[in-house]
Amino acid sequence: MVVQAFAFYLFAGILLVSALMVITARNPVHSVLFLILGFFNAAGLFVLLGAEFIAMILVIVYVGAVAVLFLFVVMMLDIDFANLRKGAMQYIPVGIVIGAILLFELVAVYSYWQFAPEAAQNIALPLAEFGELQNSEALGMVLYTDYIFAFQMSGLILFVAMIGAIVLTNRTRPNIRKQKVAEQHARKASDVLEVTQVTSGTGA
Amino acid sequence: MLDIGMQHYLILAGILFTIGVFGIFLNRKNVIVILMSIELMLLAVNINFVTFSAYLGDLTGQVFVMFTLTVAAAEAAIGLAILVVFFRNKGSIAVEDISGMQG
Repeated sequence: MVVQAFAFYLFAGILLVSALMVITARNPVHSVLFLILGFFNAAGLFVLLGAEFIAMILVIVYVGAVAVLFLFVVMMLDIDFANLRKGAMQYIPVGIVIGAILLFELVAVYSYWQFAPEAAQNIALPLAEFGELQNSEALGMVLYTDYIFAFQMSGLILFVAMIGAIVLTNRTRPNIRKQKVAEQHARKASDVLEVTQVTSGTGA
Repeated sequence: MLDIGMQHYLILAGILFTIGVFGIFLNRKNVIVILMSIELMLLAVNINFVTFSAYLGDLTGQVFVMFTLTVAAAEAAIGLAILVVFFRNKGSIAVEDISGMQG
């Protein structure tokens, strides 16, 4: 019990501190690195909750793909970040007020949260039914059967996102010299070279 | 205090969500950090899903986290692609400069 509490407070503390650093860091590269740290600690929390597969997916998808994508974009674009900071301070009071209200409401709701007695009858996939199955095994059992339509749709969403990203960022640049391999191979000496017989004494 | 219950996770998710909302106000000119704040808010929602899944004893919450992750990944990819195209055309990513549609 003590170990569980220690792990929870460790992961939760680092997660919150790194989340604060994400939004306050001056350098966006540091923001992305703190985002990665936060995702790792969230994965630890998921392991603590018994959702190992989601934890691993979080590390692979978020740290391995999304955060690295952010890092690419931050480093690729040459942006004057100091200029972006100017004038940001004037909205902080509004932000603090809205954040405080939101936090108060969320904490007020969550601290007294209890499941309704009827909720136990509405469980779609009771964990107890999976018996000794591991978490990822149990997820696989339902993901490819009960949720196959939603699973296929999420694949389609990723496909559309991929095409969209390629279409948006792909550009054909005129006036650049590129290799045209097929044309270069098909080139014959007779196309470009002309041998002329020059009689002596008439040349320049 | 030492007995970690559902409330602990829920309040953690609430604080994380609030940090995400506050990040949008704090960095309201920088689209990249706004996108990162959105990721933080989605992470808070995922923590909520997994917490309810674990404490209610229902696997559905974890299935839905997978779909949330998918949509979050697609959103990040498209958002960053739009950002790159916008930076190429305008040479800036300040939110105020994104006003070409208002005529």
